Amino acid sequence: MRHNLSPHGFPANSQSQPVDSGVVYAQYDDRMSVRPLRMHSIVAKVQLSPNVTRLDVVAPRIAQIRQPGQFVIVHRAEGAERIPLTIADADPEAGTIALVIQAVGKSTRELVALEPGAAIADIAGPLGHPTELIAAGRALCVGGGVGTAVVHPIAQGLKRRGVGVLSIIGGRSKEWVIFEAELGRLGEVMVCTDDGSYGRRGFVTDAAKDVLAGGGIGVVYAVGPVPMMRAVVNLTRPLGVRTIVSLNPVMVDGTGMCGGCRVAVGGQTLFACVDGPEFDGHQVDFDLLMDRLSTYRDFEQRALAACADGACKIGLG
Amino acid sequence: MPPKLSTKQRLQINRQKMTEQDPLVRSANFNEVNLGLPEKVALLEAERCLLCKDPKCITGCPVSVNIPRFIALLSEGKLPEAAQCMLEDNALPAITGRVCPQETQCEIECIRGNKGLPVAIGYLERYVGDWARGHSDQQTLHIAPPSGRKVAVVGSGPGGLTAAGELAKSGHAVTIFEALHKPGGVLVYGIPEFRLPKKIVEAEVARLQRAGVKIVCNTVIGRTYTVQELREQFDAVFIANGAGLPVFMNVPGENLKGVYSANEYLTRVNLMAAYQFPRADTPVLQGQRVATIGGGNVAMDSARTAKRLGAASSMVIYRRTRKEMPARAEEIHHAEEENIQFEFLTAPVEVLGNDKKWVTGLKCIRMKLGEPDASGRARPVVIPGSEFVVPCDVVVVAIGTRANPLLTATCPELKLNQRGNVVVDDRGMTSLPGVFAGGDIVRGAATVILAMGDGKRTAKAIDEYLRGAG
Repeated sequence: MRHNLSPHGFPANSQSQPVDSGVVYAQYDDRMSVRPLRMHSIVAKVQLSPNVTRLDVVAPRIAQIRQPGQFVIVHRAEGAERIPLTIADADPEAGTIALVIQAVGKSTRELVALEPGAAIADIAGPLGHPTELIAAGRALCVGGGVGTAVVHPIAQGLKRRGVGVLSIIGGRSKEWVIFEAELGRLGEVMVCTDDGSYGRRGFVTDAAKDVLAGGGIGVVYAVGPVPMMRAVVNLTRPLGVRTIVSLNPVMVDGTGMCGGCRVAVGGQTLFACVDGPEFDGHQVDFDLLMDRLSTYRDFEQRALAACADGACKIGLG
Repeated sequence: MPPKLSTKQRLQINRQKMTEQDPLVRSANFNEVNLGLPEKVALLEAERCLLCKDPKCITGCPVSVNIPRFIALLSEGKLPEAAQCMLEDNALPAITGRVCPQETQCEIECIRGNKGLPVAIGYLERYVGDWARGHSDQQTLHIAPPSGRKVAVVGSGPGGLTAAGELAKSGHAVTIFEALHKPGGVLVYGIPEFRLPKKIVEAEVARLQRAGVKIVCNTVIGRTYTVQELREQFDAVFIANGAGLPVFMNVPGENLKGVYSANEYLTRVNLMAAYQFPRADTPVLQGQRVATIGGGNVAMDSARTAKRLGAASSMVIYRRTRKEMPARAEEIHHAEEENIQFEFLTAPVEVLGNDKKWVTGLKCIRMKLGEPDASGRARPVVIPGSEFVVPCDVVVVAIGTRANPLLTATCPELKLNQRGNVVVDDRGMTSLPGVFAGGDIVRGAATVILAMGDGKRTAKAIDEYLRGAG
């Protein structure tokens, strides 16, 4: 599908201050005065769970053309990492995209420490292939942890195609469950918690097993921690149900240039950024993915340790 | 002004040497290796030029710099004029003076080289380029009246920057779209600080901006906008997005932790400043023993970067001999001075790892040179049974890049060759009218100066196209 250019044409700006020209993206603040919104500035911030935060960020072009499954590369400021984040939602009218961030390392903690009004230096996208929206029976969307936010645009796309969606989402306990209401607007939602504090007690895979046994599921989309995706794929493989997973390996540029995000799919090495990020789960080498994700674990500890020593101002603990 | 020297006197001057950081010192820092010529030395070197009536050097230059003229102006101490003369032909002299393979281009043609060493054209170009950078107020920018035409340039590497500069001079409104967050392309993500300081690229970019060129970063053509969308908004498009897809060796163990493409390794260190970790957030594995595979400039850059990151040993593994290495002579020389080890006539067959999937070594096989291949270089042939293991904990694969399909996949109307490179006619125009292309996306992985040559030639063709279409 080809997208139409934004009505205001191309951004005309300098390298450091990306601002869309022609149109002023405005909101009313509490004093009822109009103020223009800076490119990539944060217009809303909501904490969704103890370590997951949603940022709504001004990115009009991306908001307008993004499709389910696509991601952006976010570079908070000079010196920060470039990190891939799935576009969880978008509001083309307001010109904003929703980024849902699990604060685990220094980079993600610094991102969620940004307050409304602050701006992210660089956002590039939308990147990656859009989700293959398969109309074959009912679709089962399985989301674990922050992956639930990645499942959301897929469910949106499926619903738009007229595909019935059943979502199974989960978390450790009630406070860790995210995007229940959003997914509820797109179809039935089953919630699982490890401790049984909300919905069904147990893992999302337990619920998925029962749903699959009931029949009628033509395709499964699973996004979450690697062990969860692997477990879902192991459930669906003997049943022959197509299962799409979204992979989130380490990336730098996100445009195919570095090859750091290589994954093995069907015995072939592919780049998640340009060949994915979604793949046929039955073909994915999850051991390799898991292993490569551990490459910089020591560095992550060192970065946080440097933070604790006062090198940055994020709240720790 | 000193009296003009005779040819005999000129022939008596020895080629001047570049002042350099000491190899031991520099292999532990990222500062520039070459320190530049002092003014006196530059003027002396300039006097070695014989001012040939029929100079050959210009023919060796992909952007046809009027070498004898700028050198003559330099030797007369007329620096503003020398800079002006240089900039008319070459938009980025401070860059090309540092990264061009002069020994196979201008200097190999230099007639002075028939008797002794050729004029150090590269050093002089750098000298004039640096002077121009420091005295931008003393240059007049000749910009034609606005043409009313708009040109989109895809990519801000050497090809895109050169074309943008030429097109702006011709009075066209130029917008460059860059995918990364900083302009410069390979000049910022690929070529290390110790060979090309980033502030030089920044200065050259700033000069283009002063000439009216707009640069929009974070814009991935093929994703954020398609080529067709650019065509609708601009009167012409120049695609110079490079050959940005790394080639791997396709040997077992290549996905072990510790195997990098040179693109990733250098991007982490250069663009993302991983050498400053944890002051910069992006990490890079600091191997104790690093093996780099390849024989080009990128391999030299990677191996020398490894040394600067603290590797006890940094080795280059190349399947031919030193003589066939495509890297610049100076880079090979500098690498040797910095104690980079070379294993020639050697090819990797497998990356070895431990049970935690970290790289522990590289299994290699010895080669010998056989009959020349299509490129004219001797084809390396495997010596059976000659396998041996190079212990290492980081492997950097620097065996080349191919065309990135991101842009072309979303523009099926663009005719490609079998390797995925864009096909252009002799003007540089693609199969889409008004859409031109040049640099690595057309040639496959080549050099900065060849991309600049394409940028310059194609800018002229675009100008003619726009005026013809007017």
